[in-house]
Amino acid sequence: MDTRVAGADYRTRSGGVREAVGSVIDLVGNTPLVNIRNVTRDIPPGVEIYAKLEGYNPGGSVKDRPALKMIEDAEKAGRLTKDKIILDSTSGNTGIAYAWIGAHKGYRVELVVPGNVSEERKKMLSAYGAKVIFSDPLEGSDGAIRLCWKLYVDNPEKYCKLDQYNNPSNPLAHYETTGPEIIAQTEGRITHFVASIGTGGTIMGTGRRLKEFRKDIKVIAVEPDSPLHGLEGLKHMASSIVPGIYHEEELDDKIPADTEESYEMTRRLAKEEGILAGQSSGAALLGALRLARTLKEGLIVVMFPDGGDKYLSTRVWED
Amino acid sequence: MAVKVRIPTPLRKLTEGKDEVTAEGTTVREVIDDLEKRYPGIKERICEEDGSIRKFVNLYVNDEDIRFKLNLDTELKEGDELSIIPAIAGGMC
Repeated sequence: MDTRVAGADYRTRSGGVREAVGSVIDLVGNTPLVNIRNVTRDIPPGVEIYAKLEGYNPGGSVKDRPALKMIEDAEKAGRLTKDKIILDSTSGNTGIAYAWIGAHKGYRVELVVPGNVSEERKKMLSAYGAKVIFSDPLEGSDGAIRLCWKLYVDNPEKYCKLDQYNNPSNPLAHYETTGPEIIAQTEGRITHFVASIGTGGTIMGTGRRLKEFRKDIKVIAVEPDSPLHGLEGLKHMASSIVPGIYHEEELDDKIPADTEESYEMTRRLAKEEGILAGQSSGAALLGALRLARTLKEGLIVVMFPDGGDKYLSTRVWED
Repeated sequence: MAVKVRIPTPLRKLTEGKDEVTAEGTTVREVIDDLEKRYPGIKERICEEDGSIRKFVNLYVNDEDIRFKLNLDTELKEGDELSIIPAIAGGMC
């Protein structure tokens, strides 16, 4: 059925009116893909860059996809029942996803979060009713991982630990949703996929699906250029606990991102494109632009993991 | 004058794995310069080329952010604790 409304001066994701859905869960995924035209002025004319705007998910980030998949797979396996508490360590976005999905489905949620995550994230987790346990900021996300394991080992019967760093449902969510969406949205023309790495779930799962579709599609990761960086959510793999779901040998290349340059790109995205994104989007776009300059032609899809609203209290926006 | 400096995990490769070290100085600036002498390479991780603190690094004297005090000129007393805290937490995508 063609749901387009004649004369309507608004547009929806599909070009038609979006149909009503039964639950907020149904709004996860199917995010927009948008051509980035302004900050890309100096790239070769045969190269296009499209950004996948994951901030359009109900929880405001790409992590809604794996969180929902991990929860639903745990339900199917009988690991997650209403008497169990969802437990995991997170630097923010996965926690927000667990928190709202848990609220909707009626599960209690406990999250171990480094004490230095942005204030907006802490407030969002509380708003959804999740219990937040702060780990030592000096220990970063690895400190949260260790504290979370300790909580679980002390009380295994109390919790369902979803373990986003080692749970195969995390990359599988992207294999089943993000990958097919990108193939459909680019009508199969994608040549390069660029994403930043935190758990590695996005790049692993999407990359596998894209390479199955066409094996010459290149999959390129962007990671912070040093262990002490300012790119919230991203991991410098050489100095971190490497997630079990991350398999570097499946990547075609890695591009290092400098924090200040990524911040600048994040600000340019807001000022020149009208896209308020998080700093990991700025880092990913920085990588995509570097890649674009080495190509004669191609269609690059770059993941923008979240919006910028959760970072307004941080120093990203200071020129 | 000796102060205790708490080191975050990403910088511990430079401090022989130690999460706490001692450095000398009467201001935050002097302590950072002394840290650099003891653990070469640490200053460039904390400071920009012009010497200002990087945006994504927060320095706390005891529990107070030095940006709300006198920044690098914040004075330190014997027994004070300087914490180097990354402004962000990693591991999401």
